[in-house]
Amino acid sequence: MTHDQKNILSVRDMDREEIDALLTAAAKFDQKKFTGHELEGKILAVLFFEPSTRTRMSFASAMMRLGGKILNLGSVEASSIAKGETLSDTIRVISGYADAIVLRHPKEGAARLASEVASVPVINGGDGAGQHPSQTLLDLFTIRKSMKLENIDIGLQGDLRYGRTVHSLAAALTKYDDIRLHTIAPEGLDLPSHLKQDLTDAGMEIIVHENIEETIPELDVLYVTRLQRERFPDPAAFASFAATYRVTPELLEMAKPSMIVLHPLPRVDEIDPAVDKMPCAKYFQQAHYGVPIRMAMLNEVMRS
Amino acid sequence: MKRSSDEGIVISPIKNGTVIDHITPGEGLTVIRILGIQDGTNVTFTVATNVVSSRGGRKDMVKIENRELVKSEVDKLALIAPDAKISIIRDSKVVEKKSVEVPTDITGVIKCPNPNCITNTREPAESRFTFHSRGFRCCYCDTVISREMDIGDYI
Ligand SMILES: [Zn+2]
Repeated sequence: MTHDQKNILSVRDMDREEIDALLTAAAKFDQKKFTGHELEGKILAVLFFEPSTRTRMSFASAMMRLGGKILNLGSVEASSIAKGETLSDTIRVISGYADAIVLRHPKEGAARLASEVASVPVINGGDGAGQHPSQTLLDLFTIRKSMKLENIDIGLQGDLRYGRTVHSLAAALTKYDDIRLHTIAPEGLDLPSHLKQDLTDAGMEIIVHENIEETIPELDVLYVTRLQRERFPDPAAFASFAATYRVTPELLEMAKPSMIVLHPLPRVDEIDPAVDKMPCAKYFQQAHYGVPIRMAMLNEVMRS
Repeated sequence: MKRSSDEGIVISPIKNGTVIDHITPGEGLTVIRILGIQDGTNVTFTVATNVVSSRGGRKDMVKIENRELVKSEVDKLALIAPDAKISIIRDSKVVEKKSVEVPTDITGVIKCPNPNCITNTREPAESRFTFHSRGFRCCYCDTVISREMDIGDYI
Protein backbone atom coordinates (compact mmCIF):
# COMPACT_ATOMS: atom_id res chain seq x y z
CA MET A 1 0.00 0.00 0.00
CA THR A 2 1.40 3.39 -0.92
CA HIS A 3 1.15 6.11 1.71
CA ASP A 4 -1.19 8.38 -0.21
CA GLN A 5 -3.44 5.56 -1.44
CA LYS A 6 -7.03 6.31 -0.53
CA ASN A 7 -9.21 3.25 0.00
CA ILE A 8 -12.86 2.91 0.92
CA LEU A 9 -13.10 -0.34 2.85
CA SER A 10 -15.60 0.15 5.63
CA VAL A 11 -17.82 2.92 6.92
CA ARG A 12 -16.44 2.05 10.34
CA ASP A 13 -13.06 3.51 9.27
CA MET A 14 -14.63 6.80 8.25
CA ASP A 15 -15.44 9.68 10.52
CA ARG A 16 -18.62 11.67 10.19
CA GLU A 17 -16.92 14.46 8.21
CA GLU A 18 -15.67 12.00 5.60
CA ILE A 19 -19.10 10.40 5.28
CA ASP A 20 -20.83 13.77 5.01
CA ALA A 21 -18.33 14.90 2.37
CA LEU A 22 -19.11 11.83 0.25
CA LEU A 23 -22.86 12.35 0.69
CA THR A 24 -22.51 15.99 -0.33
CA ALA A 25 -20.48 15.01 -3.39
CA ALA A 26 -23.11 12.41 -4.28
CA ALA A 27 -25.82 15.08 -4.06
CA LYS A 28 -23.89 17.16 -6.58
CA PHE A 29 -23.60 14.19 -8.95
CA ASP A 30 -27.27 13.37 -8.42
CA GLN A 31 -28.17 16.93 -9.53
CA LYS A 32 -26.12 16.35 -12.70
CA LYS A 33 -23.55 18.91 -11.59
CA PHE A 34 -20.57 17.28 -13.27
CA THR A 35 -18.79 17.49 -16.61
CA GLY A 36 -18.42 13.79 -17.39
CA HIS A 37 -14.66 14.29 -17.77
CA GLU A 38 -13.79 13.95 -14.08
CA LEU A 39 -12.22 10.52 -14.47
CA GLU A 40 -11.30 10.72 -18.13
CA GLY A 41 -8.29 8.56 -18.90
CA LYS A 42 -8.76 6.50 -15.73
CA ILE A 43 -9.39 2.78 -15.65
CA LEU A 44 -11.35 0.96 -12.97
CA ALA A 45 -10.75 -2.77 -12.52
CA VAL A 46 -13.96 -4.50 -11.46
CA LEU A 47 -13.12 -7.72 -9.63
CA PHE A 48 -16.20 -9.61 -8.56
CA PHE A 49 -15.48 -13.04 -7.12
CA GLU A 50 -19.14 -13.62 -6.41
CA PRO A 51 -22.08 -12.54 -8.50
CA SER A 52 -23.80 -9.27 -7.77
CA THR A 53 -24.96 -7.93 -11.07
CA ARG A 54 -26.50 -4.74 -9.73
CA THR A 55 -23.57 -3.62 -7.63
CA ARG A 56 -21.24 -4.36 -10.54
CA MET A 57 -23.39 -2.52 -13.08
CA SER A 58 -23.87 0.41 -10.81
CA PHE A 59 -20.10 0.81 -10.28
CA ALA A 60 -19.60 0.50 -14.03
CA SER A 61 -22.31 3.06 -14.74
CA ALA A 62 -20.81 5.49 -12.20
CA MET A 63 -17.35 5.14 -13.77
CA MET A 64 -18.65 5.67 -17.29
CA ARG A 65 -20.67 8.72 -16.30
CA LEU A 66 -17.48 10.33 -15.04
CA GLY A 67 -15.71 9.56 -18.31
CA GLY A 68 -13.65 6.61 -17.10
CA LYS A 69 -13.23 3.12 -18.49
CA ILE A 70 -13.91 -0.32 -17.05
CA LEU A 71 -11.83 -3.45 -16.99
CA ASN A 72 -13.80 -6.52 -16.01
CA LEU A 73 -12.44 -9.62 -14.34
CA GLY A 74 -14.43 -11.89 -16.62
CA SER A 75 -15.28 -15.33 -15.43
CA VAL A 76 -13.37 -16.65 -12.45
CA GLU A 77 -13.32 -20.16 -13.96
CA ALA A 78 -11.29 -19.01 -16.94
CA SER A 79 -8.75 -17.02 -14.95
CA SER A 80 -5.61 -17.55 -12.91
CA ILE A 81 -7.77 -17.74 -9.81
CA ALA A 82 -9.08 -21.08 -11.05
CA LYS A 83 -5.45 -22.18 -11.26
CA GLY A 84 -5.11 -21.50 -7.55
CA GLU A 85 -3.61 -18.03 -7.51
CA THR A 86 -4.04 -16.18 -4.22
CA LEU A 87 -6.10 -13.01 -4.03
CA SER A 88 -2.94 -11.16 -2.95
CA ASP A 89 -1.12 -12.10 -6.16
CA THR A 90 -4.13 -11.30 -8.33
CA ILE A 91 -4.40 -7.86 -6.75
CA ARG A 92 -0.68 -7.15 -7.16
CA VAL A 93 -0.93 -7.93 -10.87
CA ILE A 94 -4.22 -6.10 -11.50
CA SER A 95 -2.80 -3.03 -9.72
CA GLY A 96 -0.63 -2.54 -12.79
CA TYR A 97 -3.61 -2.52 -15.14
CA ALA A 98 -5.88 0.03 -13.50
CA ASP A 99 -6.12 3.24 -11.48
CA ALA A 100 -8.40 1.72 -8.86
CA ILE A 101 -9.93 -1.64 -7.99
CA VAL A 102 -13.46 -2.47 -6.88
CA LEU A 103 -13.43 -5.83 -5.17
CA ARG A 104 -16.29 -8.08 -4.21
CA HIS A 105 -15.22 -11.27 -2.51
CA PRO A 106 -16.89 -13.98 -0.40
CA LYS A 107 -14.32 -13.79 2.43
CA GLU A 108 -14.64 -11.18 5.14
CA GLY A 109 -11.68 -8.81 5.27
CA ALA A 110 -10.71 -9.55 1.64
CA ALA A 111 -10.87 -5.88 0.66
CA ARG A 112 -8.64 -4.85 3.56
CA LEU A 113 -6.08 -7.46 2.61
CA ALA A 114 -6.30 -6.34 -1.02
CA SER A 115 -5.67 -2.73 0.01
CA GLU A 116 -2.49 -3.81 1.80
CA VAL A 117 -0.98 -5.38 -1.29
CA ALA A 118 -2.43 -3.10 -3.98
CA SER A 119 -0.54 -0.15 -5.36
CA VAL A 120 -3.78 1.60 -6.37
CA PRO A 121 -6.88 2.49 -4.29
CA VAL A 122 -9.25 -0.32 -3.36
CA ILE A 123 -12.99 0.08 -2.91
CA ASN A 124 -14.84 -2.66 -1.06
CA GLY A 125 -17.81 -3.78 -3.14
CA GLY A 126 -18.90 -6.19 -0.40
CA ASP A 127 -16.94 -8.88 1.41
CA GLY A 128 -18.91 -11.92 2.51
CA ALA A 129 -21.02 -11.14 5.53
CA GLY A 130 -18.72 -8.20 6.24
CA GLN A 131 -18.69 -4.66 4.97
CA HIS A 132 -20.44 -3.15 1.97
CA PRO A 133 -19.77 0.58 2.29
CA SER A 134 -21.45 1.71 -0.94
CA GLN A 135 -24.75 0.19 0.24
CA THR A 136 -24.46 1.90 3.62
CA LEU A 137 -23.61 5.24 2.04
CA LEU A 138 -26.55 5.07 -0.33
CA ASP A 139 -28.85 4.16 2.58
CA LEU A 140 -27.62 7.22 4.48
CA PHE A 141 -27.96 9.31 1.35
CA THR A 142 -31.57 8.27 0.86
CA ILE A 143 -32.42 9.15 4.45
CA ARG A 144 -30.63 12.48 4.15
CA LYS A 145 -32.63 13.32 1.03
CA SER A 146 -35.81 13.25 3.14
CA MET A 147 -34.70 14.50 6.55
CA LYS A 148 -31.79 15.63 8.68
CA LEU A 149 -29.65 12.81 9.97
CA GLU A 150 -30.25 13.65 13.62
CA ASN A 151 -32.88 13.16 16.28
CA ILE A 152 -34.82 10.58 14.29
CA ASP A 153 -36.39 7.19 14.98
CA ILE A 154 -35.34 4.42 12.61
CA GLY A 155 -37.09 1.08 12.53
CA LEU A 156 -35.20 -1.98 11.30
CA GLN A 157 -37.43 -4.86 10.33
CA GLY A 158 -36.78 -8.38 9.10
CA ASP A 159 -33.71 -10.58 9.38
CA LEU A 160 -31.53 -8.44 11.61
CA ARG A 161 -29.24 -11.29 12.60
CA TYR A 162 -27.71 -12.12 9.24
CA GLY A 163 -28.55 -8.96 7.33
CA ARG A 164 -25.24 -7.20 6.91
CA THR A 165 -26.78 -4.10 5.36
CA VAL A 166 -28.61 -3.31 8.59
CA HIS A 167 -25.51 -4.02 10.72
CA SER A 168 -23.44 -1.66 8.69
CA LEU A 169 -26.18 0.99 8.55
CA ALA A 170 -26.73 0.81 12.31
CA ALA A 171 -22.98 1.18 12.94
CA ALA A 172 -22.81 4.18 10.61
CA LEU A 173 -25.79 5.82 12.33
CA THR A 174 -23.90 5.87 15.64
CA LYS A 175 -21.81 8.68 14.11
CA TYR A 176 -24.92 10.90 14.06
CA ASP A 177 -26.64 12.47 17.06
CA ASP A 178 -29.80 11.26 18.77
CA ILE A 179 -30.67 8.41 16.44
CA ARG A 180 -32.96 5.88 18.10
CA LEU A 181 -33.04 2.40 16.66
CA HIS A 182 -36.22 0.34 16.85
CA THR A 183 -35.83 -3.34 16.00
CA ILE A 184 -38.62 -5.61 14.82
CA ALA A 185 -37.44 -9.14 14.08
CA PRO A 186 -38.70 -12.73 14.35
CA GLU A 187 -37.42 -14.66 17.33
CA GLY A 188 -33.84 -15.74 16.77
CA LEU A 189 -33.26 -13.20 14.01
CA ASP A 190 -32.72 -10.12 16.19
CA LEU A 191 -29.50 -8.08 16.04
CA PRO A 192 -26.50 -10.11 17.24
CA SER A 193 -25.73 -9.30 20.87
CA HIS A 194 -22.14 -8.21 20.18
CA LEU A 195 -23.42 -5.66 17.67
CA LYS A 196 -26.07 -4.41 20.10
CA GLN A 197 -23.31 -3.99 22.67
CA ASP A 198 -21.16 -2.04 20.19
CA LEU A 199 -24.08 0.21 19.33
CA THR A 200 -25.05 0.93 22.91
CA ASP A 201 -21.39 1.48 23.81
CA ALA A 202 -21.38 4.11 21.06
CA GLY A 203 -24.32 5.80 22.79
CA MET A 204 -27.15 4.59 20.60
CA GLU A 205 -30.53 3.84 22.11
CA ILE A 206 -32.01 0.53 20.91
CA ILE A 207 -35.65 -0.34 21.52
CA VAL A 208 -36.77 -3.90 20.77
CA HIS A 209 -40.37 -4.34 19.63
CA GLU A 210 -42.62 -7.36 19.52
CA ASN A 211 -44.46 -6.14 16.47
CA ILE A 212 -44.36 -3.37 13.94
CA GLU A 213 -47.76 -1.90 14.94
CA GLU A 214 -46.51 -0.79 18.35
CA THR A 215 -43.68 1.32 16.93
CA ILE A 216 -44.77 2.47 13.49
CA PRO A 217 -46.44 5.74 14.64
CA GLU A 218 -43.14 7.02 16.06
CA LEU A 219 -40.85 6.09 13.15
CA ASP A 220 -39.25 8.49 10.68
CA VAL A 221 -37.69 5.68 8.65
CA LEU A 222 -38.77 2.06 8.27
CA TYR A 223 -35.92 -0.03 6.86
CA VAL A 224 -37.21 -3.42 5.73
CA THR A 225 -34.97 -6.37 4.88
CA ARG A 226 -35.64 -9.66 3.18
CA LEU A 227 -36.64 -12.68 5.26
CA GLN A 228 -34.84 -15.70 3.92
CA ARG A 229 -36.76 -18.92 3.85
CA GLU A 230 -33.71 -20.96 4.79
CA ARG A 231 -33.41 -19.20 8.15
CA PHE A 232 -36.69 -20.71 9.31
CA PRO A 233 -37.23 -24.20 10.72
CA ASP A 234 -40.09 -25.06 8.36
CA PRO A 235 -42.23 -23.54 5.58
CA ALA A 236 -45.15 -22.96 7.96
CA ALA A 237 -43.01 -20.90 10.35
CA PHE A 238 -41.75 -18.87 7.40
CA ALA A 239 -45.26 -18.28 6.02
CA SER A 240 -46.54 -17.14 9.40
CA PHE A 241 -43.66 -14.70 9.84
CA ALA A 242 -43.87 -13.47 6.28
CA ALA A 243 -47.54 -12.60 6.85
CA THR A 244 -46.84 -10.85 10.17
CA TYR A 245 -43.91 -8.86 8.81
CA ARG A 246 -45.52 -7.66 5.60
CA VAL A 247 -45.64 -3.92 5.03
CA THR A 248 -49.04 -3.00 3.62
CA PRO A 249 -50.94 0.26 2.87
CA GLU A 250 -53.18 -0.52 5.89
CA LEU A 251 -50.15 -0.71 8.19
CA LEU A 252 -48.74 2.52 6.75
CA GLU A 253 -51.94 4.39 7.64
CA MET A 254 -50.65 4.32 11.21
CA ALA A 255 -47.36 5.99 10.23
CA LYS A 256 -46.42 9.68 10.22
CA PRO A 257 -47.06 11.20 6.78
CA SER A 258 -43.35 12.03 6.53
CA MET A 259 -42.13 8.50 7.25
CA ILE A 260 -40.14 6.80 4.47
CA VAL A 261 -39.86 3.08 3.67
CA LEU A 262 -36.48 1.72 2.54
CA HIS A 263 -35.39 -1.74 1.40
CA PRO A 264 -31.98 -2.80 0.00
CA LEU A 265 -33.75 -4.89 -2.68
CA PRO A 266 -34.42 -7.38 -4.08
CA ARG A 267 -37.61 -7.74 -2.08
CA VAL A 268 -39.78 -10.81 -2.06
CA ASP A 269 -43.02 -10.50 -0.09
CA GLU A 270 -41.92 -8.10 2.64
CA ILE A 271 -43.54 -5.09 1.03
CA ASP A 272 -46.93 -5.24 -0.65
CA PRO A 273 -46.58 -3.95 -4.26
CA ALA A 274 -49.55 -1.67 -3.48
CA VAL A 275 -47.12 0.34 -1.33
CA ASP A 276 -44.95 1.15 -4.37
CA LYS A 277 -47.01 4.10 -5.52
CA MET A 278 -47.34 5.62 -2.07
CA PRO A 279 -45.17 8.71 -1.45
CA CYS A 280 -43.41 6.96 1.44
CA ALA A 281 -41.99 4.25 -0.84
CA LYS A 282 -38.39 5.28 -1.44
CA TYR A 283 -36.78 1.90 -2.16
CA PHE A 284 -36.50 2.25 -5.93
CA GLN A 285 -35.17 5.77 -5.51
CA GLN A 286 -32.73 4.31 -2.98
CA ALA A 287 -31.47 1.83 -5.59
CA HIS A 288 -31.01 4.66 -8.12
CA TYR A 289 -28.89 6.60 -5.66
CA GLY A 290 -26.36 3.78 -5.95
CA VAL A 291 -24.94 5.48 -9.02
CA PRO A 292 -24.30 9.01 -7.63
CA ILE A 293 -22.93 7.45 -4.41
CA ARG A 294 -20.51 5.29 -6.39
CA MET A 295 -19.58 8.28 -8.55
CA ALA A 296 -18.65 10.11 -5.36
CA MET A 297 -16.62 7.13 -4.12
CA LEU A 298 -14.75 6.66 -7.41
CA ASN A 299 -14.07 10.37 -7.74
CA GLU A 300 -12.82 10.49 -4.16
CA VAL A 301 -10.21 7.75 -4.62
CA MET A 302 -9.11 8.55 -8.20
CA ARG A 303 -9.31 12.31 -8.70
CA SER A 304 -5.94 13.84 -9.31
CA MET B 1 9.41 -27.80 49.40
CA LYS B 2 9.16 -24.48 51.10
CA ARG B 3 5.96 -23.74 52.95
CA SER B 4 4.62 -20.34 53.58
CA SER B 5 1.67 -19.82 55.85
CA ASP B 6 -0.25 -17.43 53.63
CA GLU B 7 0.55 -18.88 50.21
CA GLY B 8 0.12 -22.59 50.88
CA ILE B 9 2.58 -24.82 49.07
CA VAL B 10 4.97 -22.88 46.90
CA ILE B 11 6.80 -24.67 44.13
CA SER B 12 10.49 -25.25 44.81
CA PRO B 13 12.86 -22.43 43.91
CA ILE B 14 14.96 -22.55 40.76
CA LYS B 15 18.52 -21.45 40.12
CA ASN B 16 18.08 -19.95 36.66
CA GLY B 17 14.98 -19.31 34.66
CA THR B 18 11.61 -17.63 34.87
CA VAL B 19 8.80 -17.71 37.40
CA ILE B 20 5.42 -16.54 36.21
CA ASP B 21 3.12 -15.77 39.10
CA HIS B 22 -0.46 -14.53 39.43
CA ILE B 23 -1.65 -16.36 36.34
CA THR B 24 -5.43 -16.48 35.98
CA PRO B 25 -6.49 -19.74 37.71
CA GLY B 26 -6.73 -22.62 35.26
CA GLU B 27 -4.52 -20.95 32.65
CA GLY B 28 -1.16 -22.34 33.83
CA LEU B 29 -1.13 -25.15 31.30
CA THR B 30 -2.24 -22.78 28.55
CA VAL B 31 0.77 -20.62 29.38
CA ILE B 32 3.01 -23.64 28.92
CA ARG B 33 1.31 -24.47 25.64
CA ILE B 34 1.54 -21.02 24.10
CA LEU B 35 5.18 -20.75 25.10
CA GLY B 36 5.74 -23.91 23.09
CA ILE B 37 7.30 -25.91 25.90
CA GLN B 38 4.93 -28.85 26.10
CA ASP B 39 5.93 -32.48 25.93
CA GLY B 40 8.63 -33.24 23.47
CA THR B 41 10.84 -30.34 24.47
CA ASN B 42 13.63 -30.78 26.99
CA VAL B 43 12.69 -27.73 29.00
CA THR B 44 11.98 -28.46 32.67
CA PHE B 45 8.89 -26.73 33.92
CA THR B 46 6.50 -26.89 36.85
CA VAL B 47 2.90 -25.76 36.95
CA ALA B 48 1.04 -25.11 40.18
CA THR B 49 -2.63 -24.61 39.74
CA ASN B 50 -5.29 -23.10 42.02
CA VAL B 51 -2.73 -21.89 44.54
CA VAL B 52 -4.20 -19.68 47.28
CA SER B 53 -2.98 -16.18 46.51
CA SER B 54 -1.68 -13.82 49.18
CA ARG B 55 -3.87 -11.20 47.49
CA GLY B 56 -6.90 -13.39 48.13
CA GLY B 57 -8.50 -15.74 45.64
CA ARG B 58 -6.60 -18.32 43.63
CA LYS B 59 -3.93 -18.25 40.98
CA ASP B 60 -1.72 -20.46 38.85
CA MET B 61 2.07 -20.36 38.88
CA VAL B 62 4.56 -21.55 36.29
CA LYS B 63 8.26 -22.05 36.73
CA ILE B 64 10.52 -22.65 33.75
CA GLU B 65 14.13 -23.62 34.26
CA ASN B 66 16.99 -22.16 32.27
CA ARG B 67 14.83 -20.04 30.10
CA GLU B 68 14.05 -16.31 30.04
CA LEU B 69 11.06 -15.04 28.11
CA VAL B 70 11.42 -12.72 25.13
CA LYS B 71 9.06 -9.84 24.45
CA SER B 72 6.82 -11.66 21.96
CA GLU B 73 6.29 -14.41 24.52
CA VAL B 74 5.46 -11.90 27.23
CA ASP B 75 2.93 -10.30 24.89
CA LYS B 76 1.24 -13.63 24.26
CA LEU B 77 1.19 -14.27 27.98
CA ALA B 78 -0.53 -10.95 28.58
CA LEU B 79 -3.46 -12.07 26.45
CA ILE B 80 -4.35 -15.01 28.65
CA ALA B 81 -2.96 -13.85 31.99
CA PRO B 82 -3.22 -10.06 32.14
CA ASP B 83 -2.36 -9.97 35.85
CA ALA B 84 0.75 -12.15 35.59
CA LYS B 85 4.00 -11.11 37.27
CA ILE B 86 7.23 -12.35 35.76
CA SER B 87 10.43 -12.85 37.73
CA ILE B 88 13.72 -13.58 36.00
CA ILE B 89 16.00 -15.69 38.20
CA ARG B 90 19.77 -15.84 37.81
CA ASP B 91 21.96 -17.65 40.35
CA SER B 92 18.92 -18.13 42.58
CA LYS B 93 18.33 -14.37 42.76
CA VAL B 94 15.47 -12.42 41.29
CA VAL B 95 17.24 -10.07 38.92
CA GLU B 96 14.17 -8.64 37.24
CA LYS B 97 10.48 -8.46 38.12
CA LYS B 98 7.96 -7.24 35.61
CA SER B 99 4.23 -7.06 34.98
CA VAL B 100 2.83 -8.00 31.64
CA GLU B 101 1.28 -5.35 29.49
CA VAL B 102 -1.69 -6.14 27.29
CA PRO B 103 -0.62 -5.10 23.78
CA THR B 104 -2.93 -2.86 21.76
CA ASP B 105 -1.92 -4.44 18.46
CA ILE B 106 -1.31 -8.17 18.13
CA THR B 107 0.02 -9.52 14.85
CA GLY B 108 0.40 -13.16 13.92
CA VAL B 109 -0.54 -14.52 17.35
CA ILE B 110 -4.31 -15.00 17.50
CA LYS B 111 -6.10 -17.21 15.00
CA CYS B 112 -9.35 -15.53 13.99
CA PRO B 113 -12.34 -17.62 15.16
CA ASN B 114 -14.34 -16.64 12.07
CA PRO B 115 -13.92 -19.45 9.52
CA ASN B 116 -14.91 -17.06 6.74
CA CYS B 117 -12.19 -14.55 7.62
CA ILE B 118 -9.62 -13.88 4.90
CA THR B 119 -6.83 -14.65 7.40
CA ASN B 120 -8.10 -18.25 7.58
CA THR B 121 -7.42 -18.91 3.90
CA ARG B 122 -4.32 -19.68 1.85
CA GLU B 123 -3.63 -15.97 1.58
CA PRO B 124 -0.28 -14.86 2.95
CA ALA B 125 -2.04 -12.69 5.52
CA GLU B 126 -0.95 -12.56 9.14
CA SER B 127 -3.78 -12.25 11.62
CA ARG B 128 -4.01 -8.86 13.27
CA PHE B 129 -6.08 -7.97 16.31
CA THR B 130 -6.48 -4.72 18.17
CA PHE B 131 -7.50 -4.17 21.75
CA HIS B 132 -11.19 -3.42 22.05
CA SER B 133 -13.34 -2.49 25.04
CA ARG B 134 -14.77 -6.02 25.20
CA GLY B 135 -11.78 -8.05 24.07
CA PHE B 136 -9.81 -8.18 20.83
CA ARG B 137 -11.10 -7.29 17.40
CA CYS B 138 -9.91 -8.81 14.13
CA CYS B 139 -8.68 -6.00 11.87
CA TYR B 140 -9.90 -7.88 8.81
CA CYS B 141 -13.38 -9.21 9.61
CA ASP B 142 -14.21 -7.26 12.82
CA THR B 143 -14.87 -10.45 14.80
CA VAL B 144 -14.41 -9.77 18.51
CA ILE B 145 -12.92 -12.32 20.87
CA SER B 146 -14.57 -11.17 24.05
CA ARG B 147 -13.24 -11.61 27.54
CA GLU B 148 -15.90 -14.26 28.19
CA MET B 149 -14.41 -16.41 25.43
CA ASP B 150 -11.27 -18.37 26.13
CA ILE B 151 -8.66 -16.52 24.13
CA GLY B 152 -6.18 -19.34 24.81
CA ASP B 153 -8.19 -21.45 22.36
CA TYR B 154 -7.17 -19.10 19.55
CA ILE B 155 -3.46 -18.81 20.25
ZN1 LIG C 1 -11.03 -12.22 11.20
